[in-house]
Order: sequence, then C-alpha cells, then structure tokens
Amino acid sequence: MTSAATAVDSVENAIATPDHAQPFRELGLKDDEYARIREILGRRPTDAELAMYAVMWSEHCSYKSSKVHLAYFGETTTDAMRAKMLAGIGENAGVIEVGDGWAVTFKVESHNHPSYVEPYQGAATGVGGIVRDIMAMGARPIAVADPLRFGPADAPDTKRVLPGVVAGVGGYGNSLGLPNIGGEVVFDAGYAGNPLVNALCVGALRIEDLHLAFASGTGNQIILFGARTGLDGIGGVSVLASETFSGDEQGSGRKKLPSVQVGDPFTEKVLIECCLELFHAGLVVGIQDLGGAGLSCATSELASAGDGGMSISLDAVPLRATGMTPAEILSSESQERMCAVVRPEDVEAFMAVCKKWDVLASVIGEVTEGDRLVISWQGETVVDVPPRTVAHDGPVYRRPVQRSDKQDALVADVPDALPRPSGPDELRAEILRMVASPNLCSRAWVTDQYDRYVRGNTTSAQPADAGMVRIDESTGRGIAVATDCNARFVALDPYSGAQLALAEAYRNVATSGAVPAAVTDCLNFGSPEDPHVMWQFQQAVRGIADGCAQLGIPVTGGNVSFYNQTGEQAILPTPVIGVLGVIDDVAKRVASGFTRAGDAVLLLGTTRDEFGGSEWAHVVHGHLGGRPPAVDLAAEQRLAQLLAAGAAEGVLTGSHDLSDGGLAQALVEACLVGGQGGEIALPDGLDPFVALFSESAARVLVTVATADVERFAASAAAAGVPLVDVGRTGGTDLVIRGVSNLSLDELRGSWASTLPALFDQSAG
Amino acid sequence: MKIGVITFPGTLDDVDALRAVRYSGADPVELWHADHDLRGVDAVVVPGGFSYGDYLRAGAIASIAPIMTEVVAAARGGMPVLGICNGFQILCEAGLLPGALVRNAGLHFVCRDQRLRVDNAATAWTGDLAEGQEILVPLKSGEGRFVADAPTLERLEGEGRVVFRYAGGNPNGALSDIAGIASENGRVVGLMPHPEHAIDTLTGPSVDGLALFTSVLKATAAA
Repeated sequence: MTSAATAVDSVENAIATPDHAQPFRELGLKDDEYARIREILGRRPTDAELAMYAVMWSEHCSYKSSKVHLAYFGETTTDAMRAKMLAGIGENAGVIEVGDGWAVTFKVESHNHPSYVEPYQGAATGVGGIVRDIMAMGARPIAVADPLRFGPADAPDTKRVLPGVVAGVGGYGNSLGLPNIGGEVVFDAGYAGNPLVNALCVGALRIEDLHLAFASGTGNQIILFGARTGLDGIGGVSVLASETFSGDEQGSGRKKLPSVQVGDPFTEKVLIECCLELFHAGLVVGIQDLGGAGLSCATSELASAGDGGMSISLDAVPLRATGMTPAEILSSESQERMCAVVRPEDVEAFMAVCKKWDVLASVIGEVTEGDRLVISWQGETVVDVPPRTVAHDGPVYRRPVQRSDKQDALVADVPDALPRPSGPDELRAEILRMVASPNLCSRAWVTDQYDRYVRGNTTSAQPADAGMVRIDESTGRGIAVATDCNARFVALDPYSGAQLALAEAYRNVATSGAVPAAVTDCLNFGSPEDPHVMWQFQQAVRGIADGCAQLGIPVTGGNVSFYNQTGEQAILPTPVIGVLGVIDDVAKRVASGFTRAGDAVLLLGTTRDEFGGSEWAHVVHGHLGGRPPAVDLAAEQRLAQLLAAGAAEGVLTGSHDLSDGGLAQALVEACLVGGQGGEIALPDGLDPFVALFSESAARVLVTVATADVERFAASAAAAGVPLVDVGRTGGTDLVIRGVSNLSLDELRGSWASTLPALFDQSAG
Repeated sequence: MKIGVITFPGTLDDVDALRAVRYSGADPVELWHADHDLRGVDAVVVPGGFSYGDYLRAGAIASIAPIMTEVVAAARGGMPVLGICNGFQILCEAGLLPGALVRNAGLHFVCRDQRLRVDNAATAWTGDLAEGQEILVPLKSGEGRFVADAPTLERLEGEGRVVFRYAGGNPNGALSDIAGIASENGRVVGLMPHPEHAIDTLTGPSVDGLALFTSVLKATAAA
C-alpha cells in the first residue's frame, strides 16, 4: 500500500488495483455478495462503495431474509383495502386518508440493539428516527407511543436497562413536544439480554402536502440540512478507517466513538418546525430522512426513486470531526439530518427558512442526467454506481423454514392440570397477586415520565385502552392508536398468536370509539439463520396478513428486527401490532373504565376455558404451554362495529378491553382508572375461576346508563355479539358476589406499588 | 385585548397557550424570540418547552433573547407577564422573579394531574380565582423544584407572594410546596404547572386553568 493515510481510494485507484484485498467479511458481506458487487461494477468497489453496499445490503436495511415473506402482505392486500391508502410499504411510512382532506401517516420501528448497549441514547434516538420518518412524508408528527419489553422485572440487568430506556423515550419525546399516548411495558425472561424498544409515531397532514422520497428533475439541487455529520454510529465501517489509517500517527491515535448514536432533541424540534415551514412554502420536491445507513441510504434511495442520476460532493457536507474518510461520511448515522431535493430557483428561499430556524443547510449535489450516482471527494470520484443496485437490488435469501420438534412438546404441555384456586379466599388472594404482578400492575411509574398533554389535542392516553388525539380542532376529527402483542401466544402458535395481537390492538381502538383503519407492525424475532425462527416469522407474517385481509384493513408499513437473541436463545417471537383508527369527533370518544355511578356493566363476547399462554399461568405457575385462545376475527369485527355504533350514538359511558389477566384484571382497572367501584355477579354457568381469569379473545366490558340497557342489548343481539349484564357501577369497593369485596384503596395499593418498589432509586 | 405568546426555538406549549388565550376571549398574538417587538400586546405569556434545548441551564439562554429585553422593560412598567414551566424558569433567569427551579427531588420527569391551592387571588393572573380554592391542572417537568435562599423565602411568604402551592403531595420537592410565585407588584406570575392544559375537559383534567387567562383581561382593563 502506498501512503494510505492520505490516498483516497478513488474509482481510478480501484481500477488500477483490482487485486487489493478488501475487508468485506468484517463489514458483514458474504463472499458471494462481494463477488456480486464486483460483477455489478465491473471492477472492485472503492472503500466508499464497499461501505455503501455493505450497510445497504445488511439485514437491517435490505430485509434480505424477510423480503420473500413480506411479499405476502402485498399479495393479500385487496383494492378495497388500498382505497384509502396514499402510500404504503416501501415508503418512509404508510399514509391513509382519514376524511375532511386530512391524511394520517404512522409507523412503528425497533431500536432494540442500541437500547441494550446504551439504554438512554438508544431509546432516545429510536424516537428521533421514527419521528423523522413521519416528517419525511410531509406530515407534522402529532403523537408517539412506545411498546417496550424487558427481562424479568426483578433482574439486575432490567434495573440497568429500563430506567435508562424510559428516561430516553421521555427525554427525547418530551423535548420534541410530542404527546406520548400509549405503548406497552412487558416483562418476560425471554427478553433477558434482548430488550425490545419499539417506537411508534403518528403524523397528520393535508392530503395535498404529501411528500414522497424521490429525486427528479435534472438540475434540481440536493440539500443536506440539520445536524453536522460526525463519527457516531459508523459501526462496522471503522474497519475501513483503521485500515486506511494504519501506521499513520493522526489516524491510529484518533479517538474511537461509541457505535450508538447520540441524540439532540432540540435540533430535531427545530428541524420539525423548519421542515413544516418548507413544505408549506412549497419549496420541497422530494425529501428523505437520514436514519440507518445515513447518506448512503438517503442518496441511493432518493436517486433510485427518481428519474435521473445524482452527483454529490462530500466536500460540501458539514462535518463535526476532522479526518473523516468518504466511507465514514457516507455511513455516519449522526442524528437529526434530512436530505431534500429542491428546484434551483427555490434554493435561496429554502436557505432563508433554514436560517430563520438556525438550521444548518448545505447544497451537496444535484440531480443529473443519466442513471449513475456519482460521489466525489477532494477532486476524485469515490463512488460511481447504479443507485438501484445499492438501494433495492440487494441479495434476497430464501432461508430454511422449519418448525422445530420442540414446538410439539410446547403445544402438548397444556395448562389444564395446573392447580386452580377454588373458593372465595383463594380467588381473592389470586386477584390481588395478579393485580400486583409486573405485567398487570400500574404503568404510571413509566408513563408519568412522558408528557401526554403537549399540543393540547390528547383526548385519551395511558392507561386508556387506546391513545387518542384530535387532528382538527374545527371538526373534532381525530385518530386513535393502540399497540399490542402477547408474545407467549405467538410462541405457542405464531399464526394465531400474531392474529391475537392484531385482534387485541384492533379491539382496543374500537373500545375507544374509533373505527380501525390501518395497521403497522414491528416484527421482532430471533436469528433468521435458525429455521425455527424463520418458521415463526413466516407464520406470523401470514397470520397478520390473512387477519388484515379478513378485517379489511391494510398493513401500511412497519419494520423487521432480527437477531434478537443471545447464543442459541431467541426472544419470544414478538410481532408488535399497531392499529390506527379514525373517529369523526373526539367528543364522542368512550372513556376508559367505570366513569359514573349507577351504570350497568355489560360483558360482551364469549368466555371459554382458555389458559394457554395466559398471564395467570405465567404469574402463578411460571407455565407456558398448550394453545393460545381461539381467534375469531369475524366476532372481533362484529364487536368493533357494535362499539363504534354505541360510541356514535353516545350510549356508552365507559369501556375496557379484556385481555391479559382476563375479567378480573379488567374489572380492577375499570374501577381504578374510572374511579368508581362496582358490584358484579359473574355470569351463570361459568366456573368463577374461568370467568375471572380466562383470556378468551373478542371480549369487552362496557357501561351504559341503566335506561339504555335494553336498547343496547337489542343492538348487540342484532349484531350477533353475546352480552351479559354483570352488574352496576358505584361505591368504593369492587364487589364480586360470591367471591370477595375488594376496596379500591386495597386494590390501588397492590396495583400501584410494584414498579416504584422495583425501580425508584431516588435518594428520598 | 391582545395577549402575546413567545416562541423560542424549542418552545413546545406555545400552541396551547395561544389556544388558552383564544378560549379566554382575548386576541392571541404570536411573538418571535429574535424580534425586539411586542407587537402592541397588553400582556405576555412565556410558555413551556425546552427553549434553546435548555442548554447551559433551563431558561438561561432564552432569558437573554432579544424579545426578553422588551418583556423585562414592559414588565417593569407594569405589563402582566405569565411564565409557565419553562417560562417560569426564564422569568427567574431574567430576574423578574426570585428563586430558581432545579431538578426534581425524585430525579425523574413528572407528568401528572396536580392539585394546587391558590394562596394569592390578588395578582394580575389570579383575580378570577379565590384564595384557598383548590384547582387541578397538569404538571409536567423534570426541573420543577422551586428553591430560594432563606431570606428570599421569608420575604415571599411575608409579602404573600406565594401564589400557588402543591396540594395533596409535593411532586418535586419544591421548598414550602411552592408551585408559583408573583412579583412584588403582582403583575408578573410564574408557575410550574400548566394552566393552559386545563381549559377544556376534552383534553385536560379540568377547566380550572382558564381562570388565569380570564383574570388578566380584567387586570389589564383596570390598569
């Protein structure tokens, strides 16, 4: 090697040195993938090109293991489901029309691995990334929600990870002025060492403001704006740096930065306002956020989605470190950056808006004729590639799919023989134990660290079944969103377990009074190289897609996160489902729980003896086996329609979904959240234990004024939804006849003290 | 009646404050941090958020923004000024109110519906409330613990300048449960909780917060 420290590995140099050994394996490329790159280019790639291909062809960016399965979503989406979809899978985020000229965009993404390494920054930048995806559609972000999963609540590592993750979600989201309206906190040994930090964002826009990521129009300028580009998050590309700089004083002594990115929410907040002003002024032709793979991704995706080529000068990129190589600049995952395509005549106005918001902006290139992405650095061409080959023509794997024999043993291990409580005393004790358990107790310790009020449009937030925000103050139009996944159900049966997650999120949205309209998913799984994991994945995808087809709502986007495993131990398969619903007027929302005294409490749906994967089996027996509850999506749909009609007519005074922990948990939460007690008679013909703890799906508790019972019961009968009048609201106790009287104070004591006891570390 | 609401880079609750002004019946006027112009307003709200990222210290950079030169001068001349949350921090940093706001005792950001006792109903912003009345408004802050040295505290208490006190538990360790205070002339008020989030039961826990915005209409009319 000649003076490597100063020489740039240009295209010219690559042609001249075809046999130069490159560290492609260290960058995660397989031998055949490297050969394919050489074949595409007709020469060896430059260091910069190698870095681009390596990161864009990674599992995270290319979906190479999941692509063949994800295609099933497209195959199962009908024209009717597409009718209100303005953008779908493949865009930064899906967009649906919601009425009155409004559209809504939403998406959930994972930031699991960074959050394990550095909980605060990992979680914070997870929020930042998904918010930029939403901005890139031309929308104002209006709400966030964070589904979180950790190892056992009392594990030392959970104590390390959870407080940082929660503080990071809050620290970033609160500083952006986005209400956090939902999400989940789940504990299970299956996530020890592999916590899941998923982040969902919703944005609203006028239909005409929709922006898509493409670079068209020869001569249009490429503007990079937002934060400077630094050495953070360059991950694997450092192998190129250390090679390039080997033996050089400046290089070998250079400080290495952590591979987890560091967020600056202030810059992002300003970037949001700046972007919205740019959109409204009509100054943006195309836009793309810089997330994973940074400029490599933004330039290759913008160029391949457009109708021409693109030339970029890396010398124009504002840097915050000295001595960065082209490969590092292209791979940097520095946060809070966006890339826009702007007509030459609009550049001045664009810059003026950026200046108003003190946002750094630089023209870094332009759209060119032809079909190449050409990137220069210090007068030399360091990248010259067909952009599609980077962004879209990555490898596609058909990985082995094989249901493991161990699945048979899991399914055969039914919960039927587990000792069940009997008699009032045992049932009472079990209710209190369940209520205080980590997965069922109050989430206030977490959610009280999130701002749910900012922007003044939040009409429901945690602990409600679904979060709801108003998008139009004049009409009251709003959206609701819920995320769910009982991963134990998915472990027992990935197909129906994923459908149960879909059903629960769908039901939660319906419970709020909104009409479910679209789905996003975050598919968190173990290693795709494990055939059993791929079987779980394939089954879950099919379950979700078939379920959505049956419910008639499209999957508009999402994210796949593989390699959530330690050694041979994969996480519980966790396809988190986010459902978005629309409500014509948020004033007609249904509040959570028992909100008034003297109302009738009605149990909707059918309760069966179903305990496979239940919270009761988990908490009381540490058991996971058997089959999950039966899925009946037609029943879910009937239930949702009944709830929507009830909300629109204003007949429902309160509601609450039945899921983890069954009726007992739903009753306790309805009392504590709504602030009213109740006197309940369990349905005839059901064993009290089954009635209280079964987790049969398609069930909801609602309250109506006693005068409305007959009318609502008639509607339920007409809709084919089973209904039992189980009691009345009111008082300071939850009275379950024949079982127990539980004072709300006692219940609150059990419910509210668990997380503070585990995680409060204040010095008092 | 025109009431201005300042937007700094990083301000978050300006839209909410503007809405509260509108609900009160006054005309909301947007004020920009970089301007030396109060646009003819009769009162100013310094809203919540993380102005300039709260870098250096919460409210420190905003307190020397161009618009604040005008606000400080106008306040000294008797113009009613309300600082909410980050706005309270800014008014303390600007020297319009005594004391400081520091990290919550529990070390976490706290978002909750907070009961407050009204201890002074004679300020420009509390005339429509009654002394001793309890109100319910959202609190949401990580650095909301009011502190001051002993002589300052004594003076605040002695002059009846504690306007709001936390009731039903102190959420952040504030000295003497102080949630909000007033200037000597009662025209400048700062508080950590967010009255602008309690103006409509659809989106807040009560409508108690609206009283602050209606109070100032009479205070400016009377001035």
